[in-house]
Amino acid sequence: MDITTLTSKRSLVWWSIVLIIFMLLAFVPLYAPGYPVVLLSSILMYVIMTVSWVMFSGPTGYMSLAPAAFFGVGIYTSAIIGKTLPFPIVVGIGGLASFCLALLVGALTLRLRGIYFAIFTFGLVMLIAHFLLFWELHVTGTRGRFVMVMGYNTIYFYMLGVFLLLLITAYLIRHSKYGLALLSIGQEEDAAAHTGVNVTMVKVITFAISAFFMGAAGSVMATKWTYIDPFIAFNINFSFMPVLMAIFGGMGQLYGPVIGATIFTYLEEFLITRFAELYMLIFGTILVVAILYLPDGLVGLIQRLWKRISERKHVDT
Amino acid sequence: MSILEGKGVTKYFGGLAAVSNVDFNVEQGEAFGLIGPNGAGKTTLFNLISAALAPRSGTIRFKGRYITGLSPYRICRMGVARTFQIVKVFADMPVLNNVVLGAYFGMSPGMSSKDAVREATELLEFVGLSEVKEIPAKDLTLANQKRLEVARALATNPELLLLDEMMAGLNPTELAQAMELVARIRDKGITIIMIEHVMKAIMNVCERIMVLHHGAKIAEGTPQEIATSETVIKVYLGEKAHAGS
Repeated sequence: MDITTLTSKRSLVWWSIVLIIFMLLAFVPLYAPGYPVVLLSSILMYVIMTVSWVMFSGPTGYMSLAPAAFFGVGIYTSAIIGKTLPFPIVVGIGGLASFCLALLVGALTLRLRGIYFAIFTFGLVMLIAHFLLFWELHVTGTRGRFVMVMGYNTIYFYMLGVFLLLLITAYLIRHSKYGLALLSIGQEEDAAAHTGVNVTMVKVITFAISAFFMGAAGSVMATKWTYIDPFIAFNINFSFMPVLMAIFGGMGQLYGPVIGATIFTYLEEFLITRFAELYMLIFGTILVVAILYLPDGLVGLIQRLWKRISERKHVDT
Repeated sequence: MSILEGKGVTKYFGGLAAVSNVDFNVEQGEAFGLIGPNGAGKTTLFNLISAALAPRSGTIRFKGRYITGLSPYRICRMGVARTFQIVKVFADMPVLNNVVLGAYFGMSPGMSSKDAVREATELLEFVGLSEVKEIPAKDLTLANQKRLEVARALATNPELLLLDEMMAGLNPTELAQAMELVARIRDKGITIIMIEHVMKAIMNVCERIMVLHHGAKIAEGTPQEIATSETVIKVYLGEKAHAGS
């Protein structure tokens, strides 16, 4: 039973593995400073975006294209208050600002279902970007902002911290009764409501929690870019990438989006540096093949292989 | 003592009166039947009671408290559970988890996962689905999906259960089992309102029956009274000569 495994043996094994990986990751800046740390930071950023996205959109099936909005709010928070407040507080406020925006947007729009919700959230990103642009042009008379700069090691450690917090949160939600409620909403929302689930509340709160981590990631990442403007901060690619990475990795298990985003980001980086001209072509081909032949993402592939191996074992004995 | 009381309940879809000025009164512990031709407004009335829809006018009281205007989950947590005419099971979830959800979020929230699973297991035994509790709900037969809906509704620990065409599309064996199940639910002290086209079932199980036609109540009474009522025979049951053909 999924629900009762919070303290089971298997989850203990999983958490031991996670702990070891985190400890290894924490030592990376000592042994491999420079580029590996920068690369790992951007991998972590996409992993955070993808895992947060899957936290809400995975079980409920509500396809949110708002990640760029929440990410951007985090970036702007960092740009506005980064120089006056200590960094941990800035990251927290960046997350909270996104959380509040998601509460507001969620309460207004989570009645929309299917494609309408996707289009609205897409529009939200555009709306905020253009509103900020308007504001900067007509009210403050500036274009963009400078952000205080952090060392790449600092960025890396903050990303790692946000990721750990996210992983624990996502795990607890998934294995609580709210995880079950989210799944039931994705399958038969009306039936869930008539079975006592406060569907609006469950959806809005989860949407907001996922936005918190996107905002936090944005406010950390902003310090890498030194200068931002509305179209850098609210780049719609940050909405699409988590969706693609989640599909690539598979959403059935918590590790799916993690490995999906990791491989995806690494692949992108690798192709850009080695085959700059062919990069998009190769990338596109891999994506198409993955969608065609891996309907359940890498997780599905792993599970199929695992099944085949364990079945072979049975045949042998 | 009456557990559910409706006064002047009315619902329009555009210009069409789906439910029009209906009064009803369901007693604690009874099995109350709701019949009528297709489109008579039976399911709409269920939707109004369970708050899937809001009435245009009229009031509904559950155990003396007005429940019109509340949201579905609140109604459920007050003790009104329902099943659906077109089954709405959580298709990709294991059968057990379908029921566990009801135990988690129903009348007694704050239940531990251990208790919720135990309660769900007991209820699956009660409806006869113990052997299939690990498989996804979509792989069940229609009859079993309907029983699963009953188990899920019961898991919320209701005092009033709304059964919407639970017997439709079942074969004779399944029908007999379903009737027996309804009787056992009533023996637990749970009040039942059931919509049904299977006359054998409704006449055997229910103490009182209400007949709707074009959204209006045209008759109410014991099965005997309903079966012999001129109006009901004319609009719904049909002449004896046509009945068996």
